[in-house]
Amino acid sequence: MAEAAKEAVKTAPENTKLVENATCTFCGCVCDDMNLTVDLDNHRITKAQNACVLGRAWFTEHKLEKRPFALIDGKEATTAEGVEVAAQILANAKFPITYGLSDTTCEAQRQAVAIADMIGGCLDTTTSVCHGPSGIAFEGVGESTASLGEIKNRADLVVFWGGNPAEAHPRLFTRYALMPKGMFVPNGKKDRTAVLIDVRRTASTPVADIFIQIKPGKDFEVLWALRALVKGRKIGADIEEETGVKLEVLEDLVQRMKSCRFGAFLFGMGLTMTRGRHFNSGALLALASDLNAFTHFVAKPVRGHGNVTGADNVVSWSTGFPFGMSFARGYPRFNPGEFTTVDTLSRGDADAALIIASDPASNFPKAAIEHLKRIPTILLDPRESVTGQIAKVAFTTATYGINTTGTVYRMDDVPITLRPAFESPYPSDEEVLIAIKNRVRELLAEQHRLGSPKVAQKVA
Amino acid sequence: MASLKIVNGRVYDPANGIDGETRDICITDGRITASAPAGAKTVDAQGMVVMPGGVDIHCHIAGPKVNLARKLQPEDHRHDVHPRTAFTRSGTGGTVPSTFATGYRYATMGYTTAMEAAVTPIGARHTLEELHDTPVIDKGFYVLLGNNVLLHQLLKDGKRDELREAVAWWVNATHAYTIKLVNPGGDEAWKGRRNSVVTDLDDKSDVFGVSPREIISALVQVANELGLPHPAHIHCNNLGHSGNYTTTLETMRAAGDQRVHITHIQFHSYGGEPGKNPTSKATEISAYINEHPNVSADVGQVMFGKSTIMTADAPIAYMLRRLGKDKRWVNADTEFESGCGIIPFAYQEHIYTHALQWAIGLELFLHSKDPWRMVLSTDHPNGGSFMSYPKLIRLLMDRQFRDEQIKLVNKKAIKNTTLLDGLDREYTLNEIAIVTRAGPARLLGLKNKGHLGEGADADITIYEEDPDKEKMFSAPRYVIKSGELIIEDHEFRADHEGRVLHVAPKFDSQIEKIIRPFFESYYSVRFENYAVADRYLRHGEKIPTASPVAAE
Repeated sequence: MAEAAKEAVKTAPENTKLVENATCTFCGCVCDDMNLTVDLDNHRITKAQNACVLGRAWFTEHKLEKRPFALIDGKEATTAEGVEVAAQILANAKFPITYGLSDTTCEAQRQAVAIADMIGGCLDTTTSVCHGPSGIAFEGVGESTASLGEIKNRADLVVFWGGNPAEAHPRLFTRYALMPKGMFVPNGKKDRTAVLIDVRRTASTPVADIFIQIKPGKDFEVLWALRALVKGRKIGADIEEETGVKLEVLEDLVQRMKSCRFGAFLFGMGLTMTRGRHFNSGALLALASDLNAFTHFVAKPVRGHGNVTGADNVVSWSTGFPFGMSFARGYPRFNPGEFTTVDTLSRGDADAALIIASDPASNFPKAAIEHLKRIPTILLDPRESVTGQIAKVAFTTATYGINTTGTVYRMDDVPITLRPAFESPYPSDEEVLIAIKNRVRELLAEQHRLGSPKVAQKVA
Repeated sequence: MASLKIVNGRVYDPANGIDGETRDICITDGRITASAPAGAKTVDAQGMVVMPGGVDIHCHIAGPKVNLARKLQPEDHRHDVHPRTAFTRSGTGGTVPSTFATGYRYATMGYTTAMEAAVTPIGARHTLEELHDTPVIDKGFYVLLGNNVLLHQLLKDGKRDELREAVAWWVNATHAYTIKLVNPGGDEAWKGRRNSVVTDLDDKSDVFGVSPREIISALVQVANELGLPHPAHIHCNNLGHSGNYTTTLETMRAAGDQRVHITHIQFHSYGGEPGKNPTSKATEISAYINEHPNVSADVGQVMFGKSTIMTADAPIAYMLRRLGKDKRWVNADTEFESGCGIIPFAYQEHIYTHALQWAIGLELFLHSKDPWRMVLSTDHPNGGSFMSYPKLIRLLMDRQFRDEQIKLVNKKAIKNTTLLDGLDREYTLNEIAIVTRAGPARLLGLKNKGHLGEGADADITIYEEDPDKEKMFSAPRYVIKSGELIIEDHEFRADHEGRVLHVAPKFDSQIEKIIRPFFESYYSVRFENYAVADRYLRHGEKIPTASPVAAE
């Protein structure tokens, strides 16, 4: 590797550097084997060796845009001016919400949690709109799981359910779970059986040895039938009419699952965001647990955003709960459906919002977006976004993993330190959040001295 | 930094032979000093007991498995909230508190140091992040190496020098405090042979060709060769199984005359036939430890009520899952390094086995002839929360209370122990000071902790004397951490970020020539991204290792 590096530097144009073993934060795979060629003059990554098609775009299409450091009511401002306005909003809010967090570092996430604790607001992450149901299912049944390296080295049966890794997580196939050779599967894919279960054929279908197509919205029924079969119960042939899957197909799958040496489910949002939600995830987690009476079996939600797993971890260790919680009473409470951002906004409850590295205005339900437009919103994001257009204060920040270091957690809870490619003129999310936190603390202390919340200062 | 003078208190400082004498303690710049400058703030400890801050040698408070257990049990948090104050962050409690609540609650009990006892190497970075968010206390962790596949391969190939260097490399890469063995050699059968279980210390893995006994004896020796301030910390094979006391004795024998620490030994002191009801073998275990000064242990007392089983010993968690009412179960495999099992649990007075476990713990305390080597723990939160230490202290100090409690539990279990055979021992305050601070600090090799001599860290707890020892130890009047008055009149007056205690034994970097190819072939993270950078230590304190002893 070092030789290759020297070679690369030698042949590259001047003012180019090679960053080895960098980490891609585009998706939850968080691959840490990127070799980035960086053109320092133009602040561009010209080559991302080992990256998948998504990672290549993430790195090579990244450019430093000439954008204002902050926008206040759409007008250019400095970061410091933005911090002052943001802190005033948050310190004076009665029902502030903090949301996003899945595309930034754990260091920034920790600051966001500290602010939410201080201002007594709600705290929620994008988990609530992706694998939140899996988090709830986890609380109900637990989970038999493994780091991706265990799956790579041991799994001889891999079942992908409700996801399309070929297009959404390409290296889940090539680096972790299907193709790679491992200690106990020395021939890679040849030593594994790949099963894909979905409601339609996708780009992932061709890699599967067995494809099982089920009727949309019938995941739970299929999972429950499999649990029954695993436990030796009888299932009627009418299961086909209900789920679109022949009984023999289910029986064959059960046989394979019970007789494999190390089995793994890797499941996606096809389970969590369709009819049944946490019942679906719970049924799959329970099935994996049941199978441990016969062999070793694990299950793993395939997570989307680069550090959504970090957000789950940081919020959990700080509060005891993974997402959808409130500090309004001075201590953390957990209630998805009440404190989850979509619900809070749709009810019209919040009076200020701090959004970090997320774009809710582009993908939330209409009622939620309408309310977001009514309240002062503070946004931290490296890119322009729909939320940025409606924000009272929008900070431009450096991109994590490309411009800043920090910690991210892979979908299997393995933490990795980022190696930035080049510097950004913009501050990191962490730096902006620390500045906001410090100013909010001062303002709250002042309010405390005066004995009542200060009237919101008129802001430019 | 401010200076401080504590006057008129009755001082218990067993390491310096001070047993309840009235003395003044002076603090300057975070350390205990012979005198304090004029004008130093004075704390009047009249009618109070002054002890070094408590030191927990074995608990589970931070890292991947702890966080899974936190996430698993929202119901355990909601009834036990921890509101923020002007100085401190909010959090939640239960058997697995949030990080902030963990730090503050240790402090409110007068504990100022705690060691997280089981961290996978790949989870070290995560653990350090959590420890950073665990306020007030100083802390460190033990790194799991008893089921490390590469180490097994080196051992099998007879590469003893390489084994030692690789262990040193791993301790450095993770910033750990010592090495931990959990069910050594048991993981491969669990993960790779359809959840099967290794029960015999001489059962050679058909994959790696090494037996638990070989792993134990090699790693105990390596820890001593590296001069680690605390020896190999061992969770023996066969935890919780009837008849396992023979395994425990064999494990201690496998260490020869080398220093070794056997953890939560209560869980390893059972007689009886495997699969049938256990009996107590506390007398046999105590006798062995009393006679072997190279061995130390912490008890791992069971306390009735809610607990959370969380362990790198995945098979035992799976077995216990079938026994409890709560069917939730977490299994989490870590590549080449460890297994993990988590289940919510509750110990109940009327259940034979639970009552027996409780009684065995007490027997181990009461039969111990050397409190310096049989120290207090509940294996938090496995045997019970660290918040139950004050009640445990009362059980040890107050015979009348203990006898009342004995009457409340399963009688058949008590009959199978020695608790009713005139065991009238009551721990003195001096002995409590040994098993909760001076002893653990000495076993950990922390020369500046667990005592109040000149130069010691100014980690001090001041309790108001009370005949009810549970009440007394539940809420000290003052807690001083690194010379700072954190708790005054039972209330937080400041926040504090403790230090991370770690070791850095020297190693030959040539060992990377062996480790790197293994990573490149098998691990799912790059070798270059594996070792944890120093910045994750924040306020780190490197505890020196003894000069390395060359291998024979």
